[in-house]
Amino acid sequence: MGGRTLYDKIWDEHVVRAEPDGTTLLYIDRHLVHEVTSPQAFEGLRLAGRRPWRPQAILAVPDHNVPTTDRSRGIDDPVSRVQVETLDRNCREFGITEFAMDDPRQGIVHVIGPEQGFTLPGMTIVCGDSHTSTHGAFGALAFGIGTSEVEHVLATQCLLTRKSRNMRARFTGALPPGVYAKDLALALIGRIGTAGGTGCALEFAGEAVEGLSMEGRMTLCNMAIEAGARAGLVAVDETTIRYLEGRPLAPKGALWERAVEAWRGLVSDPDAVFDREVEIDVSALEPQVTWGTSPEMVVGVSGRVPDPADEPDPVRRGDMERALAYMGLEPGTPMAEIAVDRVFIGSCTNARIEDLRAAAAVVRGRRVARSVRQALVVPGSGLVKRQAEAEGLDRIFRAAGFEWREPGCSMCLAMNADRLGPGERCASTSNRNFEGRQGAGGRTHLVSPAMAAAAAVAGRFVDVRELLEAA
Amino acid sequence: MEPFERVTGLVAPLDRANVDTDQIIPKQYLKSIERTGFGRYLFDGWRYLDEGRPGQDCAGRPLNPDFVLNQPRYRGATILLARDNFGCGSSREHAVWALTDYGFRVVIAPSFADIFYGNALKNGLLPVRLPAEVVERLFRAVEATPGYTLTVDLPEQVVVTPEGERFPFEIDPFRKQCLLEGLDDIGITLRHADEIRAYEARRRREAPWLFPDA
Repeated sequence: MGGRTLYDKIWDEHVVRAEPDGTTLLYIDRHLVHEVTSPQAFEGLRLAGRRPWRPQAILAVPDHNVPTTDRSRGIDDPVSRVQVETLDRNCREFGITEFAMDDPRQGIVHVIGPEQGFTLPGMTIVCGDSHTSTHGAFGALAFGIGTSEVEHVLATQCLLTRKSRNMRARFTGALPPGVYAKDLALALIGRIGTAGGTGCALEFAGEAVEGLSMEGRMTLCNMAIEAGARAGLVAVDETTIRYLEGRPLAPKGALWERAVEAWRGLVSDPDAVFDREVEIDVSALEPQVTWGTSPEMVVGVSGRVPDPADEPDPVRRGDMERALAYMGLEPGTPMAEIAVDRVFIGSCTNARIEDLRAAAAVVRGRRVARSVRQALVVPGSGLVKRQAEAEGLDRIFRAAGFEWREPGCSMCLAMNADRLGPGERCASTSNRNFEGRQGAGGRTHLVSPAMAAAAAVAGRFVDVRELLEAA
Repeated sequence: MEPFERVTGLVAPLDRANVDTDQIIPKQYLKSIERTGFGRYLFDGWRYLDEGRPGQDCAGRPLNPDFVLNQPRYRGATILLARDNFGCGSSREHAVWALTDYGFRVVIAPSFADIFYGNALKNGLLPVRLPAEVVERLFRAVEATPGYTLTVDLPEQVVVTPEGERFPFEIDPFRKQCLLEGLDDIGITLRHADEIRAYEARRRREAPWLFPDA
């Protein structure tokens, strides 16, 4: 037998039963649940008279609908309120642990899983949310599922599925200062497109990935789905193990030692064969900014808005023309001349403590430009918020004119009150620049937290390295 | 799930690539805790000129006359013809519920995003992958021919044009059976409950840290 990939190894360990045609009953170790994609699944369970197979394997949290301002009054929007209350009620009825809206540990589902040690290497992890790929940073197989599958995992602790193909993205060279995991992800998507990883489990490897912190790896794996790959993965190493030691739900004592020994094998074998490989040299990579309505519509900050006339493929040309019309941009405009109305630092992609530190380092001693209507910082969880406050980051942001908010998904998808108005342009650390994603008619440019901070200060996109050098 | 066998229906062409689930059903409608009623908000941002609210009656809302589904010739379409990477983005099954609630039974495209593809199969919406050049020909035929229909035959795994031209498509045999019989995945899986329990017992010994509840 030839070498196995990291994905092969985790897959093999979780097969309960495999049919000759490849249909596989796959065991699921952990199930994260939020309020948006679960109500119909719980209702289905109730209608069929079923109970969750293993409630202890589930952790629930409301994140999409929660207000990021004062929560003592509850949720103003009655429709949002019902959805959050429905989650509370379902968790009570079925004996599921929930970090409710007023819990200090509440936060974005993909931030709190790793933070608590709920996410561990070698696990299969699912959630009714496409950004579940985030947890693959720990050498886990983690992917988003629809509500029917949420109900299926609730009822059986398994999924009926088929194996994906293996793909590997190698980032060679060392990441330059001022360039971050977010830039790696955007550069990759710019290269392979938003369907580049479709049908694949996408492992990230290479010197630049080995050098990333766990938080950087989470950013990278988070964006795997924007490259079309349901799951992103990074091999386990000392960085992984150091991050997990002492987390509330991580194993302790002798069990910890035993687990670590097993986890060290969670790497792709040297002779493992990938169905598809892509390699990107990052040593000269510059900060990335999207210009369109798909994450693949991206250029370096020194670049210009591309011209659809240069695109030979008619379908792509049409998409580019529509994107530019929606974004209100002219071909050839330097990215550094594009002014922003709002800045959003947050989301499951970039709202962890290192993201806030990177943004604060740019903001320190500076002011949000007068022309910027609003600059928001929304920490990924209550614990991230507390840590940032202990480090004084909130004071840096507030002094510069940023709003310092309560944790949640917020303006990443604008299901709560945080949103763009029609035509407003936003520098955002989130993951999707789709039409209307941050509010109907809103225009999203995806960037790293440092680049978002730089845009807030300059009032337009600017190479953050200029500000870092000046500091 | 409603069984699927074959559909002959009017085809509506949605001529853009990477149609994401945020476009298929915008986020404000995800606040619903129901599974039904999403059809009137399908492609809301493209279909209407105003910004919709959940629970809103759409009868009086201003329609975007340029959007394909608002053109009278495509009224009653049950087959959606699309481009590459249809259904990319979020895992929201509401996207599939909106398409089926509107009346679509089939989406034909050169490629689909993985999560959307799986969600569709679990709700009796048949996603059909055809080669890009075939899809291109179908786009030209649909646009040139008012009232253009196709027949999508699942048992035969073939799309048939009015002229009798046949385009075969692939589908996972297990998923095909589930669609034909309208089978519920959970019922199938629970037939193997003993195997799941045996797996858990073995894993509790091999990797006890995965079972802190043990």
